[in-house]
Amino acid sequence: MKTNIPDHATASVAFNRDESYVDWHDETLWFVRQKRDRAAMALPEWEDLRETASQIKNHVLSNLDGLLEEFERKAQANGITVHWAVDAQEHNQIVLEIMRGAGAKQLVKSKSMLTEECHLNPFLQKHGVEVIDSDLGERIVQLRGEPPSHIVLPAIHLKKKDIGELFHKYLGTEKGATDPQYLTEAARQHLRETFLTRRVALTGINFAIAETGGFVVCTNEGNADMGAHLADVHIASMGFEKIIPKTEHLGVFLRLLARSATGQPITTYCSHFHRARTGQQMHLIIVDNGRSAQLGRPEFRASLKCIRCGACMNTCPVYRRSGGHSYHNAVAGPIGAILAPNLNMRENADLPFASTLCGSCSNVCPVKIDIDKQLYLWRQVLAKEGYISGVKEAGLQVAAKVLASPTLFKWTFRTGRMVMRTMPFVVGNSLNPWFDDREMPTAPKESFRQWWEKIREKANAEEVKNVEAFEKLK
Amino acid sequence: MPSAPTPTSRERILAAIRQNKPSLQPLPERIDWGAVPTNLITPFKTMLQAIGATVVEAADYETVRAHVRETFPDVANIAVTVPELTDLADFSLAVADPHDLELINLAILPGAWGVAENGAIWLTEQEMVHRALPFITQHLALVIHRERLVATMHQAYERIRVDKTGFGAFIAGPSKTADIEQSLVIGAHGARSLVVYLLG
Amino acid sequence: MKIALFLPCYVDQFYPQVGVATLQLLQKLGCDVDFPLSQTCCGQPMANAGFEHLTQGCNDNFVRAFSGYDYVVAPSGSCVLHIKEHLHSTENEAEALRLRHCVYELSEFLTDILKVESLPARFPHRVGMHVSCHGQRGLKLSQMSELNAPGFSKPGALLAMVEGLELIELDRKDECCGFGGTFCVSEEAVSVKMGNDRIADHLRHGAEYIIGGDVSCLMHFEGLLRRQGSTVKVLHLAEILNSE
Repeated sequence: MKTNIPDHATASVAFNRDESYVDWHDETLWFVRQKRDRAAMALPEWEDLRETASQIKNHVLSNLDGLLEEFERKAQANGITVHWAVDAQEHNQIVLEIMRGAGAKQLVKSKSMLTEECHLNPFLQKHGVEVIDSDLGERIVQLRGEPPSHIVLPAIHLKKKDIGELFHKYLGTEKGATDPQYLTEAARQHLRETFLTRRVALTGINFAIAETGGFVVCTNEGNADMGAHLADVHIASMGFEKIIPKTEHLGVFLRLLARSATGQPITTYCSHFHRARTGQQMHLIIVDNGRSAQLGRPEFRASLKCIRCGACMNTCPVYRRSGGHSYHNAVAGPIGAILAPNLNMRENADLPFASTLCGSCSNVCPVKIDIDKQLYLWRQVLAKEGYISGVKEAGLQVAAKVLASPTLFKWTFRTGRMVMRTMPFVVGNSLNPWFDDREMPTAPKESFRQWWEKIREKANAEEVKNVEAFEKLK
Repeated sequence: MPSAPTPTSRERILAAIRQNKPSLQPLPERIDWGAVPTNLITPFKTMLQAIGATVVEAADYETVRAHVRETFPDVANIAVTVPELTDLADFSLAVADPHDLELINLAILPGAWGVAENGAIWLTEQEMVHRALPFITQHLALVIHRERLVATMHQAYERIRVDKTGFGAFIAGPSKTADIEQSLVIGAHGARSLVVYLLG
Repeated sequence: MKIALFLPCYVDQFYPQVGVATLQLLQKLGCDVDFPLSQTCCGQPMANAGFEHLTQGCNDNFVRAFSGYDYVVAPSGSCVLHIKEHLHSTENEAEALRLRHCVYELSEFLTDILKVESLPARFPHRVGMHVSCHGQRGLKLSQMSELNAPGFSKPGALLAMVEGLELIELDRKDECCGFGGTFCVSEEAVSVKMGNDRIADHLRHGAEYIIGGDVSCLMHFEGLLRRQGSTVKVLHLAEILNSE
């Protein structure tokens, strides 16, 4: 674990201190899941679309080099300057160089989880560049000095009261005002000023089209467009897995993306960029930052199919009750838990365990990533690589030995000494966490096998009906 | 002996991909899904209303003109890129700097294609004149012919050449956000309202 | 048809009545059932904690214990799923692979193999059915709420045969209970909150009993209910289907 950053379980304890707050958080996200369900159920072809999207992405992973080269060629022909960044540091440096080249000290940025992953904002600030996030939710968390807690709904952990106080402090709204309409209007005015004065805009990329050398950016607010169309320089950053082969594939992905994310039939603005407008410069940065390593892990490479819809977070019963910040990673929730260990196993070893492996995430995933299977497999990798506590391992080794031997098994249960240690709910742990809020199961007079042995003995002597024996047992 | 040149980041990334990628997987044969309803107008209207737009069926441009005058009676700074409606404009788009568009209250643009399954309307830089126009305007009106409706996004992409101009967008409703407690607020950064005129 | 009863280790020790009900139910339906005494555990506790590599002994023991039976039936979706997905043998891999295909969770064995169409069961109470995630999303015992696909429920079909039983509708059809193996202690706060929310859904709809196909979920509910002093009881599906 990172020093000073609590692990998922510890952060969850803090998150759960106020039960009414957890209920609110859970209900709010469940509401989004329900909207997604209604949108998905309205399309009879929904499952066919998911399968098709999954197959397109499987092809993409198998032909990434070819597609990226084709994309680069076409994009350059479109007049776009294409940059390649091996890691976060290089990406950030490229952005800084472009800023310097433009002689600009201020950047307006629409939503890009990649730049969160690269920690671009603190880097630029350190080099004297002011960054303003223009997505309302991102602006809110930026003003609070926090990372987003959700990839689609960055401020979903905050109540309107919190945002009212924040805007009163920073945007001069009336004290005590909490009306979302009023607060949004204040942000609109504040950010309109930003859009009009920034000469460099950075956007993320939802899809890059190899066939045409262009890219698509989707927003509901219109902030990416406001930034890009008013700036002299447009920088677009993408993880290399955002590439798709053809324009026609956009039909599949745009049908799935917003329905999965928020239950909308499509995102309000799906903007297709191919060439800079007259007098404008367009830069595009293709970023690896660990993705090629993940590509090389056969059991985990499917995580690169992700289109960042956030559906797995909304459906995750753990995410809804622990909040995005408990995952201490740019991408939270189930998908974050399978992406993060690739970047740093030691710091993120807790995340694959922040799940009951219920499997709901894989079922809502529009590109059919086997998220729950990968959570299970990451646990195996982390254990083998030595990132699980020795105490836990020792306990499990004892359990493994006992459970491999019928004699030992019988003996331990009979004597009762190690009963609890071999129970699935206590392996490698003290008994206390169970008992904090739950009673222990009461031990019956005899176990099933004792009862079975008894009735078998009796059956040899006389015919005994099982029903009677059961009555005795009770 | 001269040392080998340091590989560029581009070369390093592509080499890593080549080394780590799985064997080639085929693209799916079928990508176009969903039934095509005979009536596209009803679902298109229903969807637009659901996503916060107003739909007006108009027999001709005169009806559109009358409706605009009635709905935006005292509004100044109207920009129009629909050739048949240019008389409604009092704001010239012959500006070099898109920042000058900031004062526009209403923009009336033609839509190229409308998608019945989601209410999205495709328009390109050609229809926009300035890319910023449909976003920076306070209110947006799109005019589209009935026969330019298609059922699904698949059908829309069959008809569109996305790289024909430098920029094109599907616009589905007014700008919106739900970033404050999931309360839907219309009018985030883009247009505060959208009215769609369905012609013919 | 030789059938072996496979009981999760904690059922054997703490919930013998579930084993008895499963046995009696199968016998009632004309099955010849044996309980191999050398069985221990499916190995899931270690595997889900990241130590699948420690489960080989467990696996080999499982294959030895159940070798030769036509079917292995267990009143647990979770353990059955683990066997189906992970059983290997160093001694007899062919038998391990065969066992993967003939291990059944109780309700699917009743509906798919025995093709039960009626049961002499009676349970005149309002009950809520908690479908375990491994049973549902793993073994596909009932349709998953996330998918756009026709609905069905194997345990539901069986419960419909029980006289007097009133099955309540839940607000969240298939939300996880929060047990999750070691999760229930390593992530105690979230686990308990999930369990309490799941119970609240049942209580809101007037359940007298919470029933399920996996004792692990039920044990979690029972621990929470008893701590709260609730009169609501948990019962395994087998106990309902075996009731008279």
